[in-house]
Amino acid sequence: MRAVLSLISGALFGAGLHVSGMTDTDRVRGFLDFAGAWDPTLAFVMGGAILPMILAWRLARRGTPLVGGSFPNLPTQEITRPLIIGSVLFGVGWGLVGLCPGPALASLSYGGWQGAVFLCAMLAGMWAVPPLRRMLDSRGLRA
Amino acid sequence: MDVAWLYGLIGGLLIGCAGAVLLLGTGRVMGASGIVGGLLDGSGTDRGATWAFVAGLIATPALMSLSGWQVDTHATSQLWVLILGGLAVGIGTRFANGCTSGHGVCGLSRLSVRGLVATLAYIGAGAVTVTVLRIGLGL
Repeated sequence: MRAVLSLISGALFGAGLHVSGMTDTDRVRGFLDFAGAWDPTLAFVMGGAILPMILAWRLARRGTPLVGGSFPNLPTQEITRPLIIGSVLFGVGWGLVGLCPGPALASLSYGGWQGAVFLCAMLAGMWAVPPLRRMLDSRGLRA
Repeated sequence: MDVAWLYGLIGGLLIGCAGAVLLLGTGRVMGASGIVGGLLDGSGTDRGATWAFVAGLIATPALMSLSGWQVDTHATSQLWVLILGGLAVGIGTRFANGCTSGHGVCGLSRLSVRGLVATLAYIGAGAVTVTVLRIGLGL
């Protein structure tokens, strides 16, 4: 049941990325190009995606997930250094290529070698974070 | 007439429904970076369901392309840009604990301050990067 629901969710996510054009790096980079020929599409995607989620969070306030268990305890609202530095770093990579983690994965199916190279580099970066965190922690830099 | 915004809105609604199915169905927050990162470093739970999510995410665009609805990614062919960008996205999203789907879609919709700060930070950094590349380097 969990797997089936996850598959449906992933399939909807992939369809949404495809329909919205967010798999096109020109559209994404066009949204980030505020000083140039700005492309507002991404704002509509974000707005459209937020609407069902507002409803979902409301429903999640009472009851439990369909498969049982409980809804996640979400992290405190603490603004930390890793949150900001990490997000800035993510934004730089996003601006460079125009792919974020969801579309990077989805691009495996149509993105050619460029998508695959980006995905491999992204996975390598993700894989490096736990040891990187331990190294920073051991030097007294709380990451 | 350019109806990209309409496709954007419809696609966005689909993405939001994906997040709602995952949250209300299985109790998980739909964050692409967390889902992939969890598979990589073993911190994720429920690996079977996670692989199912990833399979769905890759399969539908493939099926839609095969059925004739193709999109061009227009991704750069400069190897160093792809590698540098991928590394930055991978490292950044794991340090920040989220990306466009987790902090953006799932965070903003529950009025999360962390989600808002993260979203402003990555959009801001992305905008600066694109502008510098275009004006400074002509990329």
